Amino acid sequence: MHPPSSMTPVAPQPDAATAPIAPRSFDQVIASYQPVIGLETHIELGTRTKMFCGCAAAFGDEPNTNICPVCLGLPGALPVANAAAVESAILIGLALNCSIASWCRFARKNYFYPDMPKNFQISQYDEPLCFDGWLDVRLPGDSVDIDGNVEQPSSVRIEIERVHMEEDTGKSLHVGGATGRIHGATHSLVDYNRAGIPLVEIVTKPITGTGERAPEVARAYATQLRDVIRALGVSDVRMEQGSMRCDVNTSLQPIGASEWGTRTETKNVNSLRSVERAVRSEMCRQAGVLDAGIRIVQETRHFHEDTGQTTSGRSKEEATDYRYFPEPDLVPLAPETAWVDSLRERLPELSAEKLARLQTEWGLTDKDMAAVLGAGAVQLIAATIAAGATAEVARKWWLGELARRANADGVELEGLAITPKQVAEVQQLVDRGSLNDKLARQAIEGVLAGEGEPGQVVAARGLEVVSDTDTLGAAVDAAIAANAEVAQKVRDGKVAAAGALVGAVMKTTKGQADAQTVCTLILERLSAS
Amino acid sequence: MTEFIKLSAAELAGLVADGTASARDITQAHLDRITSTDERLNAFVTVDAEGALATADAVDARRAAGEQLPPLAGVPIAVKDIVVTNGIETTAASKILRGWIPPYDATIVTKLRAAGLVPLGKTNLDEFAMGSSTENSAFGPSRNPWDLARTPGGSSGGSSAAVAAYQAPLAIGTDTGGSIRQPASLTGIVGHKPTYGGVSRSGLIAYASSLDQAGPFGRTVLDAALLHEVIAGHDPADSTSLDLPVPLVADAARIGAAGDLTGMTIGVVSNLSGEGYEPGVVSAIAATVAQLEQMGAKVVECPCPHFDYALAAYYLIAPSECSSNLARFDAMRYGLRVGDDRQASLEAVMAGTRDAGFGAEVKRRIIIGTYALSAGYYDAYYGQAQKVRTLISRDFITAFSGCDVLVSPTSPIVAFELGPRAEDPMAMYAVDLCTLPASLAGVPAISVPCGLSDGLPVGLQIMAPVLADDRCYRVAAAVEASLNSPVLAAAPQL
Ligand SMILES: [Zn+2]
Repeated sequence: MHPPSSMTPVAPQPDAATAPIAPRSFDQVIASYQPVIGLETHIELGTRTKMFCGCAAAFGDEPNTNICPVCLGLPGALPVANAAAVESAILIGLALNCSIASWCRFARKNYFYPDMPKNFQISQYDEPLCFDGWLDVRLPGDSVDIDGNVEQPSSVRIEIERVHMEEDTGKSLHVGGATGRIHGATHSLVDYNRAGIPLVEIVTKPITGTGERAPEVARAYATQLRDVIRALGVSDVRMEQGSMRCDVNTSLQPIGASEWGTRTETKNVNSLRSVERAVRSEMCRQAGVLDAGIRIVQETRHFHEDTGQTTSGRSKEEATDYRYFPEPDLVPLAPETAWVDSLRERLPELSAEKLARLQTEWGLTDKDMAAVLGAGAVQLIAATIAAGATAEVARKWWLGELARRANADGVELEGLAITPKQVAEVQQLVDRGSLNDKLARQAIEGVLAGEGEPGQVVAARGLEVVSDTDTLGAAVDAAIAANAEVAQKVRDGKVAAAGALVGAVMKTTKGQADAQTVCTLILERLSAS
Repeated sequence: MTEFIKLSAAELAGLVADGTASARDITQAHLDRITSTDERLNAFVTVDAEGALATADAVDARRAAGEQLPPLAGVPIAVKDIVVTNGIETTAASKILRGWIPPYDATIVTKLRAAGLVPLGKTNLDEFAMGSSTENSAFGPSRNPWDLARTPGGSSGGSSAAVAAYQAPLAIGTDTGGSIRQPASLTGIVGHKPTYGGVSRSGLIAYASSLDQAGPFGRTVLDAALLHEVIAGHDPADSTSLDLPVPLVADAARIGAAGDLTGMTIGVVSNLSGEGYEPGVVSAIAATVAQLEQMGAKVVECPCPHFDYALAAYYLIAPSECSSNLARFDAMRYGLRVGDDRQASLEAVMAGTRDAGFGAEVKRRIIIGTYALSAGYYDAYYGQAQKVRTLISRDFITAFSGCDVLVSPTSPIVAFELGPRAEDPMAMYAVDLCTLPASLAGVPAISVPCGLSDGLPVGLQIMAPVLADDRCYRVAAAVEASLNSPVLAAAPQL
């Protein structure tokens, strides 16, 4: 009777086997081991209603308001499969180049936990809806391979084992403890709004042979999976809100060995960046354990955002027997070929081909495109362009100022409190001459701080560029008078010296002047005299 | 007043429809009968006199307003306490659910209300419908009106006792392995298990989902058929319910009552007889089959070799599903909670509640099912049982290629005494021998009283292909018509 999944907090347990052992450096790991990784990703579908009842599948409502006899598991209540959720799952399967089962069943996964109203979860077991697919994942370039060659952006094919459907659990809230975890809590509350929200689980086959790139392959896969699913419009795929959750399996195979090592499953990986960090940290930890001559325990581990380390959860060796059996309350799913074909026609242009087309359209070099991919900014840039910005400025904002801020805040780009449309609006103010570069950054800062739309921020902060020529003219005259020597150099033909005068004007106008206009005014005055 | 309680549902509905009697008076007569007899019978877990009279008044008001009433409007009915009723305590005869007031109605209850039937209350059963005698009820066994020392059958024994004792002309039962047919047989009334998927399961507290079906009890074949037509049909809330036309069972009952079975072939299941079958039962069945032949039917012997494995398969499949279905009773959201002193762990409260709340037979089946589904045993038990289930379905298909219906005893024995058998689970399980094959194959089957053995009623089971429920009713009505007087007329006065 263990909590089952990534969604349930688990008290950290003493980790006797590994606590005293220092992890190895990443280079040391790569020198001795070949990593094998795998990802299990849960996607919360964006259907209007839940998987097996008519309750709203909404996020953030008052606890226990979107509930009914079915999703509360009241005696006698029966599930009925949500056709829209099945359709979304098939779309995901098709986008991942999977075969779609012509007949498959739901199965019950039995275990006791209070956030499971029925004490079983309706899932799929040996008959997944979609199976045997793949996703080509583009990797950022510019790293150095084992032979010392500089690698160009490249692509790795990730094999998809299965895509299946299941229902989400409720959410436990542990009250009274220091950490919000069950450990030390005085009591627990359960919110069943999430119980029964449709989930799709996407499981990769083991990913081998990626060597030192394993952590970035994991991240690149998660990034591209997110982009593919977002393009389908079947989920908002936001890791920070939990609508996309990655569990990362990691094992190490000593170089030259023929068998894979024992794997661990790392949960609580809540951002794309963490996917990469979790793989890296787990590789280093496992190498430390193995090098100390200790075997790896097959277990669930929890990633900690703050330390970048994993800690032991529960051991799989004492794992629950889930006693799967076909769900007798639901009829088998038998998607007709014609329906699947019509869904296939609805697929948006995807992945590899789409990225190649965007790269051409945006006029990016391979290296630039790799940077865009690495930042997970494809969708954001595309949306910013759609809102009226040029490709160049859209890329400049997202990979420049916004990437810097996201990095400083430790969030993904998409986690920033600014929309592509707002970025495009700021750029339009720049293009119109209302903002200069510096003021534009301040406008963005205001939007991020929740001060409203760009126009409101500009008005409220008084960021408008000073374009009134009388005011500017007075400032220019004052600067010339105060810097007579510099002014004379300009008169003598040293135009570059005008920069110092521009700087002085900008200072007196507190940066709210357009530098180009100021420069023109200075040169006009100094050549006329 | 007493004349009301002896009338059939069809007759009562006629009195209400033509204004000869009010639904209120009819309802009151049945409530009075419950008051005067139920201390001895223990057929009801809950009697909702107030609700019943209010419903009856509503029917009378509709009639007074000149509304055309549905066919069974104003007729009282008893509902097995495993069927969820909005606002009325629903216990499944388990301590673990005592006090639970559901916030919704089962689909069949919604249909009963819409049809103007008058629910009198909730009837007793074996806890969670697991048993064949009502001795597994947390509220004590129900008693057979033929002999209060004997069982009215199970698990729907409260419903069968209520109908046989004239407490209600109709009742709802549920049948997972024979829980409608066997009690009907043991009390001398009619009970039908519809085709699996013929009646919605939404709101039936699940025992074994792939087997559970709700169905009607009545004292006449026509009454059962009329009730069948009220509760049957597709339900969007139950995806296993069939989206196909409901068989015309009331018409079939009327046709059958003419006593002409010319053109029908009746198969006698040869391996539902022999050792363990009481001689009085065997001879009553043989006499009835001879009657059917006289009415023009052709009678053939049908071997169904895999029926011999039905008991073993059933007692793996049903417990497996029940082990999962009953997992939700964990003290967290509703029902009993034991040992929550604010110090005890979650697991301790869950385990303590389940230990205190479930009876011995329920625990036995949960443990059997948990074991059968466990890794390493699944294929040998649950998987193998599913294969047997397929073979039994094939036996039916083969048999129905040569006959229209199959017949057998409903129960190898007549009503047995409360007490001794309850001590021996295997002996109790064997009572279900004849009813299990139809449950496993999902085909419809009816039990109709056909005679007496040692002064106690014997039932004939009639099984038909999927969605040919009408054939069950037709043959049953012919059997009923062939009797000189109703079997139930031989029952002693209470
Ligand atoms: Zn719901």
